[in-house]
Amino acid sequence: MSAPAPTVGSDALFRYVLRLGDLSLVLGQRLGEWVGHSPALEEDLGLANIALDLIGQARLLLTYAGEIEGRGRDEDKLAYLREQGAYFNAILAEQPNGDFGQTIVRQVLIDAYQLELYERMAGSRDERLTAIAAKSVKEVRYHLRYSSDWLVRLGDGTAESHVRAQSALDLLWPYTVELFAEDDLDRQMAESGIAPQLSEVHAAWTARIDAILNEATLKRPADRPHAWHGKRGQHSEHLGYILAEMQYLQRTYPDARW
Amino acid sequence: MSAVTLRSEERVAAERVAAAGRLLAAVEDPEIPALSIVDLGLVRFVEVGPDGILEVGLTPTYVGCPATEVILHSVQDALRQDSVGEFKVTSVLSPAWSSDWISADGRRKLLEYGIVPPDQSVSSMRDVLRGTRPLACPRCQSLDTEMVSEFGSTPCKALHRCRACLEPFEYFKCI
Repeated sequence: MSAPAPTVGSDALFRYVLRLGDLSLVLGQRLGEWVGHSPALEEDLGLANIALDLIGQARLLLTYAGEIEGRGRDEDKLAYLREQGAYFNAILAEQPNGDFGQTIVRQVLIDAYQLELYERMAGSRDERLTAIAAKSVKEVRYHLRYSSDWLVRLGDGTAESHVRAQSALDLLWPYTVELFAEDDLDRQMAESGIAPQLSEVHAAWTARIDAILNEATLKRPADRPHAWHGKRGQHSEHLGYILAEMQYLQRTYPDARW
Repeated sequence: MSAVTLRSEERVAAERVAAAGRLLAAVEDPEIPALSIVDLGLVRFVEVGPDGILEVGLTPTYVGCPATEVILHSVQDALRQDSVGEFKVTSVLSPAWSSDWISADGRRKLLEYGIVPPDQSVSSMRDVLRGTRPLACPRCQSLDTEMVSEFGSTPCKALHRCRACLEPFEYFKCI
């Protein structure tokens, strides 16, 4: 490397860490909705376990974001007291669970994204992110093993499960574009060596997803231009409902504790 | 400061570390009480800092494991002894906990408890994604077993079943 990497402002880093943390938090909350409703007890345990890991990631990331911001907000304040416009997750995470197949498709798409992203972030110039990514990636491998295994079973299963898996893929695919749509913040993080190049993550993700879809006998939909900007705080109508449920207790009984 | 004082300060610090080590070895894991947190490799270091405060580094197994906070409180309760003196507990994230850190003693205790201990040093992507060797049933040792679910009653365990003796058993996941 020739020139020293530029440093980033704390506001930019704060927003970037929230992007990562919010994706995990919102997806974890979504998966939690399956508890008690899964097709089988094993799937109930599986989805709840993944949700728990994701909430764990979110706790580490939100705690770090609060420290970067330096205004005394901890993980709970950031999770429970931010409005929807201050959430920076890509909106794929907030899409409804739908049927089991739709949940699995969403999970495969995000698991593979987190896997490729975290693996590359293990070399980040930000030590804290390196540690969080290295820790999380071990768990994400298990998440993808679970979700991709199910996607193959559904895609290459009965005629009905195949149709449902394919239509879920067609429904959710357009939202994946946002994950890899590089904006100024992503660029700034990559240039300063904090995050990997999104194009690199995208290429690895595509190869991995193609292999899974191939095994699952599913057809990859064509990319379409997108207009989603959850990463900038513009969300679908679904996030409001998620937050209303998740934040209800803290907003109704401020500072309530166990 | 004379050499004699220094040596005695070092000795006191070493005694405090040893006392803390003994107390920590008796702290049980809340989910698998057969094992102590030392067997599980959760205690990363015990040392006395220049400020005279004894510091214990603890690492979580899984980031979302609810037992992490219970363990923190158990450790704080256990260390509240004159022989330890002033202490603090620090969370250590890096390097990330690995099931390789479970001691040989811990592995033996897991098996006796009916949980198949993790494979050692399976860290490559290929191994984790696809490689599942047949596990021996902890009760009848049959290799005719199958995985029921990747995720069991706690984040660290998967659920398996023995087709020979028909008993379910748990496998401590390799991570």
